[in-house]
Amino acid sequence: MSGSRGFEGLERAYDLIADAIDAAGSEQEALFLTKLSLVLAHKLDDLVALEEAIAIAGADLDV
Amino acid sequence: MRPAGRGELESLYFQYPTFEFRRSPELKGDRALHPVAVAGAGPVGLAAALELARRGIACVVLERKNTVNDGSRAICVSRHSFETLQQLGVASRFEEKALGWTSGRCYYRDRMIYRLEMPHSPEERYLPMYNIQQQYIEQFLIDRASEFPELIDLRWQNEVTSVAAEGDEVVSEVQTPEGAYCLRSRYLLAADGAASLVRKSLGLKLHGENLPGRYVIADVRMQHDFPTERRSFFESAANPDSTILIHRQPDDIWRIDWQLRGHEDPVEAVREANVRRRLQAILDMIGHEGAWDLEWWSIYTANTLCLDDYRHGRILFVGDSAHIVPIFGVRGLNNGFDDAVNAGWKLAYVLQGRAGDALLDSYTPERRGATLDVFRNAGKSSRFMTPPSRGYALLRKAALQLSLSQEFTRRLADPRQVAPYTYADSPLTSFPERDREFVGGVPAGAVAVNRRTGADDFLLGHAGPGFTGLCFSKGESLPGGLPDLARRLQSIDPDFRLIQVSRTPARHEGIDVIVDEGNISEGYAARDGTFYLLRPDRHVAARWLVAESAEIESALRAALAGGTG
Repeated sequence: MSGSRGFEGLERAYDLIADAIDAAGSEQEALFLTKLSLVLAHKLDDLVALEEAIAIAGADLDV
Repeated sequence: MRPAGRGELESLYFQYPTFEFRRSPELKGDRALHPVAVAGAGPVGLAAALELARRGIACVVLERKNTVNDGSRAICVSRHSFETLQQLGVASRFEEKALGWTSGRCYYRDRMIYRLEMPHSPEERYLPMYNIQQQYIEQFLIDRASEFPELIDLRWQNEVTSVAAEGDEVVSEVQTPEGAYCLRSRYLLAADGAASLVRKSLGLKLHGENLPGRYVIADVRMQHDFPTERRSFFESAANPDSTILIHRQPDDIWRIDWQLRGHEDPVEAVREANVRRRLQAILDMIGHEGAWDLEWWSIYTANTLCLDDYRHGRILFVGDSAHIVPIFGVRGLNNGFDDAVNAGWKLAYVLQGRAGDALLDSYTPERRGATLDVFRNAGKSSRFMTPPSRGYALLRKAALQLSLSQEFTRRLADPRQVAPYTYADSPLTSFPERDREFVGGVPAGAVAVNRRTGADDFLLGHAGPGFTGLCFSKGESLPGGLPDLARRLQSIDPDFRLIQVSRTPARHEGIDVIVDEGNISEGYAARDGTFYLLRPDRHVAARWLVAESAEIESALRAALAGGTG
């Protein structure tokens, strides 16, 4: 993402996801995030990009 | 298992026959060498015997029991298997009794999320799937076998307990109520099931894995008004953590399968009181309010096990003796029929001197390939039905919950039912470069599709017992050289049959002409001069967009030489 519009978009996504995790509640957050991942993977329709995203998200989890 | 107070063969709907033991000629000193011995008279052994008999090859079928199978067991018979039964001359019996189906429903938390429609069209002679109890399957095959008294010697209470290769024959030790004897045969088909003694006596082991998940299958008799469809339930109130499957069978019998939960003790799960309690909960859930009778039940694990090699010299393993597959893919019996036919025609060709021994080497890659294909799909199904980790459990829950409103995840919940395997890499499949010239149609190695050729007439009904050539033409004349080619092919395979699929009515001596309304050439992506070479088991050996006589002849020779010609 580049440019201010892209960055503004990312800021908006940041809030949207945070609010949705809160709305799901701690009991359901894992299920919610899993559903979200499946929906996004379906919309993305690009296994290579998905594998990259998984690798990026999985990095440094224990730092 | 049966309810307390009822014997193993006391069924609510099926009258078990008792087949008489007859003293075998070998017990009186006979030492005849039989062309083929078949260990086991289950559906697979019987299908193999019928496949041999229709080719004029005699066999002795040796069966431990004196009746048919104790329960309904394998109940789903596929369209492809019906096309096989048609070739064995017994499909009409099955069609009268069986309940055909084309669709299914999948529920999550007792709400329907998915409607399965199996591929079907007016081009098909048979429905995608039929339900019929295994006792009937065996009964009908036994009745058919009795129409070949000169060719099929069916010996009840004759159990093959061990086998040995001796020179160019197989010697089987057979136990009977009146003593043991040795039976000599040139070949042996081991159709003696999952606990095969033939396999054990050769010291062979099945390899693979035991997938997690156990299933209880139970039959109940009840007046229940619901169409013949497969119903599958995830997280139902009646079995919250695992799957339920419901199938209708003939005679008001309903098959109810449920998966045991991880902590459930399999011994407790099959106690009659527990089976009844679980069934009542499931019947309540589907809204059945009337009475019901418990008929029979059993328990299964989802194993994916097979032999490393299905051929051991003059012994071929067919059906469960070679592979154990999970029940939810409905491939145990259906693949068993395919094994029987594959082994049957190849053995016949070798015994008739039309093919060399190398043809039998193609049995393992083709049929074990089909098994491994089932395993791949079973692995996927199993990971959904019995999630092996928290990650898989979360994904399954996510997919099922999404299915309530979203289309894209619904197919994940469908228990995969595998289609007939394509022998793309088989040594019998040739001319891949010709295959690649097609756009669509039936690929080399795949099984031929049916097409309607009249009000009650279909393409596959025209295939003969041998190799079949399908020659497509626009006009009535055959492409040059084909009548000569047909004669040459008949000198290699006397059962070779040439079928002209013509857009114009035509008559040629010795050639079956089918008038094509365009539906056949469409299904085969054919144009004027296209040629398909079908094997005796209806798989495509090779195909040419425009017939090439020399190549067709060499494809037939290569197929019969097991690819080494």
